[in-house]
Amino acid sequence: MPNLKDLKNRIDSVKSTRKITKAMQMVAAAKLRRAQESAEMARPYTERFNAVMGRLSAAVGDSESAPKLLSGTGAQETYLLIVMTAERGLCGGFNANIAKLARQEATELLAKGKTVKILTVGKKGRDAMRRDYGKYFVHHVDLSDVKYVGYGDAQSVAAEVLDRFDAGEFDVAKLFYSRFENVVTQHPTSKQIIPADFDAPEGDDGGSFYDYEPDEQAILADLLPRGVATAVFSALLENGASEQGARMSAMDNATRNAGEMIDKLTIEYNRSRQAVITNELIEIISGAEAL
Amino acid sequence: MAEKVKFDLVSPERLLASVEATEVQIPGVEGDMTAMADHAPLITTLRPGIVRVIGGDGAGEYIVTGGFAEINATGVSILAERAVPRADITQEDYDTMIKTANAAIKKAEETFVNEPGPVDDAVKLLADMVALGDEIGLSASFSA
Repeated sequence: MPNLKDLKNRIDSVKSTRKITKAMQMVAAAKLRRAQESAEMARPYTERFNAVMGRLSAAVGDSESAPKLLSGTGAQETYLLIVMTAERGLCGGFNANIAKLARQEATELLAKGKTVKILTVGKKGRDAMRRDYGKYFVHHVDLSDVKYVGYGDAQSVAAEVLDRFDAGEFDVAKLFYSRFENVVTQHPTSKQIIPADFDAPEGDDGGSFYDYEPDEQAILADLLPRGVATAVFSALLENGASEQGARMSAMDNATRNAGEMIDKLTIEYNRSRQAVITNELIEIISGAEAL
Repeated sequence: MAEKVKFDLVSPERLLASVEATEVQIPGVEGDMTAMADHAPLITTLRPGIVRVIGGDGAGEYIVTGGFAEINATGVSILAERAVPRADITQEDYDTMIKTANAAIKKAEETFVNEPGPVDDAVKLLADMVALGDEIGLSASFSA
């Protein structure tokens, strides 16, 4: 039986752990609200942008002169996987799930004999991928100094990707991030951004009625790079909300576990204290009886 | 009373305005234009300039730096890369814009050594920025 002092110390230490996890949970809840708000505010732009791009790409179609960002390079040999994760841990399976999805994809592609390149955004994903796929890393974007992601951050990631595309370093680019559904559910998702794939807006009636100034081709050439930035930005925001959601539920669990542990330890502590008292009494009584 | 159009101004980070207006002046890449009710459907890219919303409760001016506008009979949506209400723009914001434009020229010159096209585009972008600055009373410093 562990002695009383040890038990007391353990209870104290679990109690202070619970305080920390509780505080982290509340911080995550506050940040989550903010992240969700900014994700929601960004939604109108993404929706409209994709609607217009859907119409435009339908209009230009598969014509040979379509920009490469839309039609692809014609090859599908080299894949760039953009793995977007958090800069911090302690958020449940958030980082691990994204890394797992990316690893699966990478393994599949390698099995098919394709070349894989990996660009990581966020330290945690980099750490998770390094052991098996470290040799495929081409670049890392560090956002650890960024408190709230802005469009500028997305633009710099997109510029990095586009530079590599222009230099012919890859044919297909895929984003890996976590889609935010609600506090308890986040879906690790992969999304192809190059060649761009825009869903045509539903019930599209008058796409061909639009006049374009300058012509479709020029507009597309102007907008496609922005499309990459937009996709990256919305992924960053979804990721931000998902991270806080995952951390919040992870910390909620941790707090609850700590509570259970404290209860268990307290019962054990009381039992052994009682045992000590009983022992002492027995000693006294048998001592008195022996006289 | 003229018919109203629905005007939406959206930047990647948020919805800046969603109001009714009688006319909207847009700095299109091939020239300024004014959109009123029953305008033919049109999509145009923007150059850096001022979007003026006239009439209605949402009258105002916004500085935009590129993006595109979608116009149809009932509304105008502008999706701007960056949009700031005119009253809120500072010399500092403007300096950043000029700096980015300068960097774009430099990069275009390096990347496309023998193709004047992209370089000209970047130079035009800077010229548009400078013209915009003159119009809103901010001066461009070329220390970048």
